[in-house]
Amino acid sequence: MDQQITLQVDGARSALTVDTRTSLLDALRERLGTTSAKKGCDHGQCGACTVLLDGRRVNSCLVLAVTAEDAEVTTSDGLAADGPHALHEAFVDHDAYQCGYCTPGQITSAAGVLAEAAQGWPSAVTEDLAAERTELTDAEIRERMSGNLCRCAAYANIVPAVAEVAAAQGVRA
Amino acid sequence: MTTIERSVGAGVRRLDGPDKVRGRAPYAYEHELDAQAVFVAIVQSPVARGRITAIDGSGAQAVPGVLAVLTHVDAPRLGEVVEELRVLQSDAVQYAGQPVAVVVAETSEVARDAVGRVRVEYESGDPDVVLSADRDDLYAPEKLMAGFETDSVIGDVDAALAEAPVSVDVVYETPNQHNNPIEMHATVARWDGDVLRMWDANQGPHNLVPVITEAFGITEDQLHITSPYVGGAFGSKAFTHVHQLLAIMAAKVTGRTAKLELTRQQMFSLVGHRTPTIQRLRLGARPDGTLTAISHEVVEHTSQNAEFAEQTATATRLMYAAPARRTTHRLARLDVPAPTIMRAPGEAPGMYALESAMDELAAALGMDPVQLRLRNEPDRDPERDVPWSTRNLVACLTEGAERFGWAGRDHRPGVREEGRWLVGTGVAAATYPTRRRPSQARIEAVPGKPFVVSIDASDIGTGAWTTLTQIAADALRVPMDQVVLRIGDSRLPKASGAGGSTGITSWGPAVVDAAEQLRDRDVPAGGLTVTGSSGPGDEAEQLSSHAFGAHFAEVRVDRDTGEVRVPRMTGVFAAGRIINPVTARSQFLGGMTMGLSMALHEEAVLDTRRGHYANHDLAEYHIAANADVGEVDIAWVDEVDEAHNPLGAKGIGEIGIVGSAAAIGNAYWHATGRRVRDLPITPDKWFR
Repeated sequence: MDQQITLQVDGARSALTVDTRTSLLDALRERLGTTSAKKGCDHGQCGACTVLLDGRRVNSCLVLAVTAEDAEVTTSDGLAADGPHALHEAFVDHDAYQCGYCTPGQITSAAGVLAEAAQGWPSAVTEDLAAERTELTDAEIRERMSGNLCRCAAYANIVPAVAEVAAAQGVRA
Repeated sequence: MTTIERSVGAGVRRLDGPDKVRGRAPYAYEHELDAQAVFVAIVQSPVARGRITAIDGSGAQAVPGVLAVLTHVDAPRLGEVVEELRVLQSDAVQYAGQPVAVVVAETSEVARDAVGRVRVEYESGDPDVVLSADRDDLYAPEKLMAGFETDSVIGDVDAALAEAPVSVDVVYETPNQHNNPIEMHATVARWDGDVLRMWDANQGPHNLVPVITEAFGITEDQLHITSPYVGGAFGSKAFTHVHQLLAIMAAKVTGRTAKLELTRQQMFSLVGHRTPTIQRLRLGARPDGTLTAISHEVVEHTSQNAEFAEQTATATRLMYAAPARRTTHRLARLDVPAPTIMRAPGEAPGMYALESAMDELAAALGMDPVQLRLRNEPDRDPERDVPWSTRNLVACLTEGAERFGWAGRDHRPGVREEGRWLVGTGVAAATYPTRRRPSQARIEAVPGKPFVVSIDASDIGTGAWTTLTQIAADALRVPMDQVVLRIGDSRLPKASGAGGSTGITSWGPAVVDAAEQLRDRDVPAGGLTVTGSSGPGDEAEQLSSHAFGAHFAEVRVDRDTGEVRVPRMTGVFAAGRIINPVTARSQFLGGMTMGLSMALHEEAVLDTRRGHYANHDLAEYHIAANADVGEVDIAWVDEVDEAHNPLGAKGIGEIGIVGSAAAIGNAYWHATGRRVRDLPITPDKWFR
């Protein structure tokens, strides 16, 4: 069954027709021509399709497009609306990628991590669950970024890249 | 006169980086976004051997939006291609997951829906998928991959082993592993009249040209493949696979731009895997650690539709000195998908076994495992009896030991506890061959404009976009911004694919050769175009050329849960001239981490009753995630080896994975006192 919807992606509104089975990821890639969200598994297992949905990170392959109608969708490209985001620069500077395919998802995921830390959200490795502010230690970054697989295995470069931006944003000493 | 900074050797950040981090660099499936494309989905066989007795696509054809259903009855006939590529050409089924039909539809949702409506009946038998060393049908292939001899024997190995005062006799097993690049294999194909246009995920467009032109009866001029960005490969994108042929068929039948992206699950059966291995290692030594005999016998599998004979023991032929030595390879032909190359095919599983056995020998001798390796350093290639071009394993072991803090290690196993954690350290050596392959490059010079350097090279994440620009800039004696590089296109000068760690050693010299033809020549106002080439010479016969390395790892094992952690690793490499220390470090890092993944996580499990991969996705086939990796210290020794190429480079894409799993396994033993000889070292193995 087809349905007319409107999606707001990286600040631009688009009207489109989707199959009600269409995932947000496929709507972006096959209907809107967006290349920033990547498909690596289509099952929420790799994180390559990570986008921010109203500021929170989600696997866009697990979101039906018709449910995203009133949301603001942000891809890695959308983070660069006012010029390269600090995460973009840090990833390039730390060579936090090789093939680059998982990278936009790593970056949107990292943007989500920074926001979660600023709001004091704990993770599985947080020792003080009641703390008002979360310190993004290396262990915290490793844990929180583990939903984004990188087969080139740039993990040991991704951690310092995220750490650098975390320090600049005051969520890391 | 301006001074030009040397670009080679500088830590230049990736030129494709800004586009990649934003997601603007287009990968295969992301081309032709405006085309009215059709989508191709594959129907796969659930049985592993047998034949199709009936097939009916009418249910699928009836779904609105379905344009075509192709089966072996009506699919286009292919020209002469190897057996494993004869897709939809007969009713025979040779492995679970084999394509038996494709659906072509206006949307991907409709195509996937219709796949389930194709009715297929099979006549099937019990699959034979279990590899073991005591099968009575093991056979010796005529040759191994890359032309290596199947066996090698020097001296009386059995007598030397029998007489050895100290010896080990152990069997290691490595599992079926899958490459799993994060970009799933994808092809976009369109016929513009009789010209086939493709955008494809591969390790070099020219790799595909012979097969596709033959399969579809076209000339090289009628085929144009573009692949500027590739989302990882690790071997699985080196060769043509069936999905590319299916996409081309779909485009031909519908007359539309056809898009085919494999699912992650399909990648487990359709784009190859690393064969499982069973490896018996026997080492004999004198009490001072001098090796007297080395025997390395390998059993591995291949498929009914292809002979893939991985060269698992070839590194053992050169690694250490010993007067008596033997390597053998035997294959079982099973009802499995065709294996393929996966990062360091041969060396990765083979050196895991050899370097684990060396550790066991060191323990039997009561000797420092670093010293054991230093004791057996050969001054010439011990089997080929030719000199090394350069061999700096000793420097790697020595510098690695220093950086890691190896001195003063208590070599006794199982004696260090920190709370629940048992702590140990391990070492292993690494090696990977150096070679170059034929390649050509073209440079167009126009006064007042940047040089345009064209070569059908491929950047699968290696950094070739950047490193080839650095090499060209130095060869042309200009800054990097005076070079425009073009790669990843079958209409560019033919070059070897990205594989075997030969990219820079093959492509770089071709670019240098072209640049040298421009030197001291006046470029006329109308411009000048030159072509350069490079290829292997006599050096491959006269010298033994390999990169070497040393891995050190610390392992912690939770006594209560069996969880294994690797808080730190050190890798030191001797791999010729390093073109770009930033991208090079990433390649070593990626290889070492994939070795960690091999040691602790990766295993594809074949269902022995049905012959399919039971854990065919990224939730069940584990690869290392961010939290699995700790501190990784990487260094290299100064080395320039100009025997194979004027750059002095050796190739660095694969050596990082070679030996790293052994270093972790050896550290596990040092922590716990227990040897796990079958990878991966999962927590359950602590409790058996």
